Amino acid sequence: MAEVQIVSAEQSASRAGRFSYRRPAFSRLLWVLALLPAGLVLLPVLYLLLRTFESGISGASLFLNLGTLQTLLRTAALSASVTFAAVVVAVPIAWLTVRTDLPGRKVWSVLAALPMVIPSYIAAYLMVAFWGPRGMFAQWLGQWAGIERLPSIYGFPGAFFILTLLCYPYILLGARAALQGMDPALEEAARSLGYSPLQVFLRVTLPQLRPAVAAGGLLAALYVLRDFGAVSIMRYDTFTRVVYVQYKSAFDRASASGLALILVALTLLLLAVESRTRTRARYHRSASGAARQPAVARLGKWRWPALIFTGAVVTFGLILPLGVLLFWLVRGVQAGEQLAPVWAAAQNSILASVLAAVFTMAAAFPIAFLSARNSSRLSSLLERVTYSGYALPGIVVALALVFISINYAFHLYQSLVLLIVAYMILFLPQAVGSVQASLLQVNGNLEESARSLGASPLAALRKITLPLVKPGLLAGMAMVFLTAMKELPATLILSPLGFKTLATGVWSAVSEAFFAQAAAPALLLIIFSAIPMAFLTFTEH
Amino acid sequence: MSEIAVQTISLNKSFGNVRAVQDLNLTVHRGNILSVIGPSGCGKTTLLRLLAGFEQPDSGEIMLQDRLVAGRGTYLAPEQRGVGMVFQDYALFPHLTVLENVAFGLRNAARRQRELEVEEWLALVGLDGYARRYPHELSGGERQRVALARALAPRPVLVLMDEPFSNLDADRRVQMREEVQAILRKAGTTVIFVTHDQEEALFMGDRLAVFRQGRLEQIDCPDTVFQQPATRFVAEFLGQTDFLPGRVTPEGIQTEAGIVAQKVGLPAGEPVELAVRADDVDLNLPRYEGVAAEVVSRYFKGTYNVYRLRLPSGQVLHSLQPHTRIFLPGTEVKVSISPGHDLACYFQGKLLPVTSTRF
Repeated sequence: MAEVQIVSAEQSASRAGRFSYRRPAFSRLLWVLALLPAGLVLLPVLYLLLRTFESGISGASLFLNLGTLQTLLRTAALSASVTFAAVVVAVPIAWLTVRTDLPGRKVWSVLAALPMVIPSYIAAYLMVAFWGPRGMFAQWLGQWAGIERLPSIYGFPGAFFILTLLCYPYILLGARAALQGMDPALEEAARSLGYSPLQVFLRVTLPQLRPAVAAGGLLAALYVLRDFGAVSIMRYDTFTRVVYVQYKSAFDRASASGLALILVALTLLLLAVESRTRTRARYHRSASGAARQPAVARLGKWRWPALIFTGAVVTFGLILPLGVLLFWLVRGVQAGEQLAPVWAAAQNSILASVLAAVFTMAAAFPIAFLSARNSSRLSSLLERVTYSGYALPGIVVALALVFISINYAFHLYQSLVLLIVAYMILFLPQAVGSVQASLLQVNGNLEESARSLGASPLAALRKITLPLVKPGLLAGMAMVFLTAMKELPATLILSPLGFKTLATGVWSAVSEAFFAQAAAPALLLIIFSAIPMAFLTFTEH
Repeated sequence: MSEIAVQTISLNKSFGNVRAVQDLNLTVHRGNILSVIGPSGCGKTTLLRLLAGFEQPDSGEIMLQDRLVAGRGTYLAPEQRGVGMVFQDYALFPHLTVLENVAFGLRNAARRQRELEVEEWLALVGLDGYARRYPHELSGGERQRVALARALAPRPVLVLMDEPFSNLDADRRVQMREEVQAILRKAGTTVIFVTHDQEEALFMGDRLAVFRQGRLEQIDCPDTVFQQPATRFVAEFLGQTDFLPGRVTPEGIQTEAGIVAQKVGLPAGEPVELAVRADDVDLNLPRYEGVAAEVVSRYFKGTYNVYRLRLPSGQVLHSLQPHTRIFLPGTEVKVSISPGHDLACYFQGKLLPVTSTRF
């Protein structure tokens, strides 16, 4: 009799969905806590839509404007060319560091991934500080060769160069992982069917890389689309810069929100493509056979060109920028640059970022919990809304929040609260992602067995789930903290008057060409950004 | 015997200190299926990889149909050998359809011709109508058959199969085993088939090779290997075997479980060991004749029972009985050895030649 009851209880549980939290009070609370931040994410876009449609004809004409079309073309051209160049740079390095006997390949693989920790405005600053007028190179040339004028680095070439070097690591990491995870038996099967090593590479290896490269390429394209720092310093008018200029110089709400909406639409389009490729990518090891190391190709005399190529990429992406940074740092110290303002800015950055981390995680947990444990249509909608935060460039969120606060909540305008809200909207996807990943690793049966032993849902959450996902929570908070430290456009627009952070410090110093002044905060930011990379690298080995 | 398809001569391969293949001399005749069995790490996979050309031997030679492919300074790349391989996890190309996978090795034929050939192969493995599917849309057994068709399609001189059934469910495995054997016979291909499943090895091969630590312990037809295991290792590895010590007497071999009437051609008094399997041991109620033993445990296997028995000295024997004969653990029984055939008999660890004279 007892057995029969157990069976029927299991059946009813599986009919209701594996993880169902039926206690109304708890469940309702969870839903409210999850819906609030999701609503927050939608707020900026809804507001921008409203503003644009309110402005009626002028808003509509904006879309047909020649200037807008040019901006669109520029943005698309930059995105496409950077993505293409990043693939061309990343795939050979991935192959060289995973599948060949390239001397020092372990070191190269770490070094080549590092440029991604440099925030784009810092990379742009360092480039200007080297190649630009009054930069290092120009000064040397003036001193030694008497050359006064250099070809301009501003505009497309500079933006393209910087963004390519910042974006290729995204593709590199994906391609490396794909190469490492590839079943060596695939290549062996092709060999045994009569194909030479080169043919195998072209017909079997490269197609296996395609999904990883496509995913990395989309990340690169998104990066370019949302980038504000590099294009602004390089004075190349893509959407983010145009929106900022409109807002700053004309305070033209209607056209700024219209342009911002187009930008959101573009990012959404890319994200849609990305999720499509992700669901169709079925390229995985078909079974867990003995994990053998794939064969290593001997480079022979090709070793030298390979080393030169990899070395050049690492030099331009990492070594040269860091060298320039150190040069200006030393020069600033020699010139008696004050460190006190840097310290004050660092404190502000840390304060804002800690608050961002705590509040974002608090908002993320209910969403992640519901979508991991309760697969209903509503919870997956909720999750998707949250992820649409990825589609919101910082500048767009900042702009919308400025307009909203001016109209409806003036006392919030230029307050720290508004800045934290912006951070929450921007970084919620990241936080939800990391919590969800760790929640999915905790078997829902653990919570159910706690319940069957008499724990309430809340007690099960507190005693079982939270302790188990704590590492994920902390990692997520650390990620939010570090991303908030680096964030530029929203910080620039929303910071309270006189609230200088490291990021805005770099920005204002660079816009006035005080290269030495920007060096110290830039170095601090790079060090902070490098922490998660170092963590990942060391836990991997 | 027919033409030789594969021959290895004093083949050696080490990885660091591990000698994966040692002094291997192996011959497989054309159209034969050779099962290779051994515990994991015994070098059977290395043997396959040497034959396919994925590993280079340290010394020795490999001949494929009179063609030297490795050794004496020669080393042919895998793509030049014409050796097909069916991998443990199938290694189907995930970005290609079933048709494209099977056609992958048919490089020289015209497109139309190739498709026709693929259709034929798919029909042979029972997958007509699957040509346009992708590997991830197939079940384990279907993937297995595509892998087989892909390996067979270029008509290789030799097909290697590395534990091809280990990723299948137990009930599918038996069925696939039969299907695959039929397909291989129909294709008339020479096959080397590696497994660690003894039932599979006994069933699949025309001949059976047992490996241990890189060495070939025995190679013969499956029945001989099973009935006359060349070494204690082979006897232990194939089927539940107990070793019963005894002494040679004029009447046969005197053991704790009675006299086994069997001639071994050794002077009386010499100590020998008999390999006794569960089906050689009979079991009866105490009132019958035999040697007293105690039932230690019963393994109920469905259609039969296997009893673990302990003789007074502590020597363990196993006995196979119909499922209707039930003895409870702890009961006293009488055992007798009644094989109805010669038992494998070892003197100083070596198998004694069968004299085929029974008392």
